[in-house]
Amino acid sequence: MSTKKTEGLVDFAILSMKYKTKLTKKFENRTQYEAPNPDHIMSYIPGTIVEMFVKEGQEVKEGESLLILEAMKMRNQIAMPRDGKVKSIKVVEGDRIPKNHLMVEIE
Amino acid sequence: MSLKKHILDLRKRKEQVQKGGGDKAIEKQAAMGKMTARERVLALVDKDSFTEYDLFVEHTARDFGMDKKQLHGDGVIIGTGTIYGAPICIFAQDFTVAGGSLGLMHARKITKIMDHALKMRVPLLGINDSGGARIQEGVNSLAGYGEIFYRNTLASGVIPQLSVILGPCAGGAVYSPALTDFVFVVENISKMFITGPGVIESVLGEKISMEDLGGARVHAEITGNAHFFADTEADCFEQIKKLVTFIPWNNSKKAKAFPPKPSKYKGKIEDLIPSDPKTPYDVRDVIKAIVDDSDFFEIQELWAANIVIGFGRLNGETVGFVANQPMVLAGVLDCDSSDKAARFIRYCDAFNIPIVTLEDMPGYLPGVDQEHAGVIRHGAKVLYAYSEATVPKVTVILRKAYGGGYIAMNSRHLGADFMFAWPMAEIAVMGPEGAANIIFKKEIDEAEDKDAMRALKVEEYKEKFANPYVAAAKGYIDSVIEPNETRELLLHAIEVSANKDDHRPAKKHGIPPF
Repeated sequence: MSTKKTEGLVDFAILSMKYKTKLTKKFENRTQYEAPNPDHIMSYIPGTIVEMFVKEGQEVKEGESLLILEAMKMRNQIAMPRDGKVKSIKVVEGDRIPKNHLMVEIE
Repeated sequence: MSLKKHILDLRKRKEQVQKGGGDKAIEKQAAMGKMTARERVLALVDKDSFTEYDLFVEHTARDFGMDKKQLHGDGVIIGTGTIYGAPICIFAQDFTVAGGSLGLMHARKITKIMDHALKMRVPLLGINDSGGARIQEGVNSLAGYGEIFYRNTLASGVIPQLSVILGPCAGGAVYSPALTDFVFVVENISKMFITGPGVIESVLGEKISMEDLGGARVHAEITGNAHFFADTEADCFEQIKKLVTFIPWNNSKKAKAFPPKPSKYKGKIEDLIPSDPKTPYDVRDVIKAIVDDSDFFEIQELWAANIVIGFGRLNGETVGFVANQPMVLAGVLDCDSSDKAARFIRYCDAFNIPIVTLEDMPGYLPGVDQEHAGVIRHGAKVLYAYSEATVPKVTVILRKAYGGGYIAMNSRHLGADFMFAWPMAEIAVMGPEGAANIIFKKEIDEAEDKDAMRALKVEEYKEKFANPYVAAAKGYIDSVIEPNETRELLLHAIEVSANKDDHRPAKKHGIPPF
């Protein structure tokens, strides 16, 4: 019992104080925050890439369709957020991708 | 027919229907490691106390060849019984009959016993073991779920509602348990989810087992949907019976009082707590040192363990405990622990159970994930629940109460009836290090030996503010007490507030930050 109660104690900082405590699984598995990169077109819902309209190196105008991401029986059009160029394409038609997956890199 | 024959005929009919889905289906149920619905009901209630209703109900479906099928009792057992002499209404879905699927008459039976429980003002207990909607009955089946949810909501806060998940409980079916007060799950048996692994894989391509998606452990540890986790059905039934002893029959009654018993802890209570506010201890040891017979019945033990909630007795009376747990995440409030505490406070308030708060609280959990998960609105639930509650509310500050945490944990300012603090309690806007760094920034920056100056100023701050006496001087704390007096003073506080009569402005209902 006594070993159980002191097992897994770590330093844990809240404001300027450092406490000895245990962590929860949920806390340990939390995802680290990353600032969104405006050049990365990410999937906002898990789904399937059903059509790809652009090629690497292609110039694309704001609002033009890059690809169709099908999810929950809906064909979601992924549009170019601003005028630019397709730098690289990270998915191919038929790919099943999770949420927050990098699909296209633009510049 | 002679009377005798009629009676024999009744017995024969009963015997046949009580077999549910028949021997083969019962064997299958046993092979899955599950008891049958009837065995479960009988294991739960006092011997010979169960009275069954609607045994002879049959389904009314006529399509898809259903008219040729007989479903005994339409897959659910309902009735009344007692647990330790206290009345209870029960429904138990029978998986051996068409997979416990819910059709129109099945739902009618459930809503009948729910209406009965609400009218008689006695607790309702539902045992869920069902494949889901009976597809052949189409929208009638959906209607059935809706009518159950509606009644769960009407009964909420009027009678205690307990849900036991002893098999699959998927899709819409999960929402009846989710609307009830306490959900019990059993390892390897309970499965709860909105969309199952099959759908998730076909739509999203994510592969996951049923157990990892919505097994008992998942709901007890990760989602917080379950309140009690047990290894076996028998253990689960013991938990249910024990819970029933702590709660009243309905919201106009108090929980049954038990003969008063002293705590089993014979040592000094202060020995349980390290004086350094940074060193952890298990706050449950403190609760056990305080309550009658050292019997503390913890709720949601595995989820959001940085706060501890549960029932104990003081002088035989049920009391709800809310305590920060320095052993886990230093006892911070975060999204989950706020939800956990707030709902429990509202439960206690609805059912006339005094609340004792043991506070040892460094503040809120910092982090982008917390802020983005809405720690503001989750944290607000705690403030709302404490402020709204009119049952006796007592707080003991054990070691530290910093910043927003001091306010949130049933402070005087939110309407606490009694505020006690132990002499080592640090009640301040933040920890001494942080406070000294801000207040004495200039002195520290200008000093030759910054660290020495900082240490000096931290000490100065500690002496001045990191104690309970500043708050006591303003009357925010009623009494600074010796740890060993805690139980006696809590007994006193509960005793003198037995007739507490506190009111809130009349309203239809508040708008808590759900």
